Amino acid sequence: MNMRRTKDLLMKLTSTLITLIMAVPLLWIILDVIIKGASALSLDFIISLPAPFGEVGGGIGNAILGTLIINAMACVIGLPLGIATGIYLSEYSNGSKISALLRTAIDTLSGIPSIILGLFAFSLIVIRVGHYTALAAAFALSIIMIPVVSKATEEGMKTVSVDIREGAIALGLPKWVITIKIVLGIAKSSVITSSLLAFARISGETAPLLFTSLFSYYWPRGLNEPMASLQVLIYNYAMSGFESWVVKAWGASLLLMLLVLSINILVRRFSTKVG
Amino acid sequence: MSSNKLKVEDLSAWFYEKQVLNRVSLEFPDKKVIAIIGPSGCGKTTFIRCLNRMHELTPGARVRGRVVLDGKDIYTEMDAMEVRRKIGMVFQKPNPFPNMSIYDNVVAGLKLMGIRDKALLDKVVESKLREVGLWDEVSDDLRRSGAQLSGGQQQRLCIARALATEPEVLLMDEPTSSLDPSSTAKIESLVRVLKNHATVIIITHNVQQAARVSDYTAFLYLGDLIEFGETKKIFESPKNPLTEKYVTGRFG
Repeated sequence: MNMRRTKDLLMKLTSTLITLIMAVPLLWIILDVIIKGASALSLDFIISLPAPFGEVGGGIGNAILGTLIINAMACVIGLPLGIATGIYLSEYSNGSKISALLRTAIDTLSGIPSIILGLFAFSLIVIRVGHYTALAAAFALSIIMIPVVSKATEEGMKTVSVDIREGAIALGLPKWVITIKIVLGIAKSSVITSSLLAFARISGETAPLLFTSLFSYYWPRGLNEPMASLQVLIYNYAMSGFESWVVKAWGASLLLMLLVLSINILVRRFSTKVG
Repeated sequence: MSSNKLKVEDLSAWFYEKQVLNRVSLEFPDKKVIAIIGPSGCGKTTFIRCLNRMHELTPGARVRGRVVLDGKDIYTEMDAMEVRRKIGMVFQKPNPFPNMSIYDNVVAGLKLMGIRDKALLDKVVESKLREVGLWDEVSDDLRRSGAQLSGGQQQRLCIARALATEPEVLLMDEPTSSLDPSSTAKIESLVRVLKNHATVIIITHNVQQAARVSDYTAFLYLGDLIEFGETKKIFESPKNPLTEKYVTGRFG
């Protein structure tokens, strides 16, 4: 009895201790980024272009806008494809050979290192058009989004019970209406949550961007152009060795971290509200 | 039986090789309540699922025979969705659509078929909810999710949903089996009113319920139709000794 209680206590203490140790790096990173990045933040930092070499001041407005544009384009390509794939796998594949193949393909896709996707977009698009372009970046990032969204859509739709489906069938509704308005409607929270998580995920991807959108010191002029992004800006500036650029890299890191954190908080609130 | 709404001729059904219905023939009179009784596994559910072509959705399902609605064979002369709009169904477990409000649940069959006329939808919602006796309980907030209602209210909501498309026949598969006695009583009295608009075919596990709500009763046993007739006769002077044993509670 006493022995058992001691073991119990020991287990509790060890697991608490390990959890605390695990939390240290996370808090450290967050605090470090906040401390080093906060000093860079100002309105000017967020809305203006980088200053020319040798001049003080300037901001990262083009990189913020660039990340948002590239992410938005990736969503435009990736979300419909991911959702459509999920719908197909859940509702229309009926365990066919194609669906088994598709599922394997998606699992494989989610395991491909993002740098290879960047290389793929580079050889497929950048080499062909002859210059770096944000379109290629969006393409590479959308491939990262597809498996995340399609899996969540498929799983969300599969949880809709036979009872509910039969209720809809008995109303004489066509299959596509039942699929979109009822089954997908019920799975809506999985779709939205996974879309947000996929958005957060691509917001941190840097390797594919180095091959595709690269960087620009100007405001985006078109989608088929090289484009600045927070990720590549952090990479470039942090490695530059210039004191003022390193500070800007920390500021950009803070913004990127806030973006990802706020999406995660949004996802949490959203899924607790619905679930 | 003057006018017959639905005629079943030689209906047999299978799941893969297993036969679950064996050449059932009967005619359902219009605007009456018909109870289907019989012990578990006798084919009651399969039988009514053949009447709105839900049976064919199950893997391995097969049907032979004819089901005729107002002179038209529902298997060869109508398409399945048309059949299901004319022959509505209420299930054992209440199944309101959890992503929809009470309002949208009632008119799901209309709205999702493209009917957008707000005044018409409002009218249908109110009249159907009144019909199932739910209006006074929910009219203060029709935007609430249908899933928040109690089990009995959910089932009445599902009945309202089935009625909204004005079906000519309503199939009910043990609609009270998951409900408490007071909700059951409400649904039973509702069933007696429903026959003013439609032919109601109700499966029940509960022999007393059949006696309370139905005009006609069909007794199924191991896939065979043993006896069909006026409920009074089935209960008071059954022709088949099996029927007598079943309605008096000696087996099943």
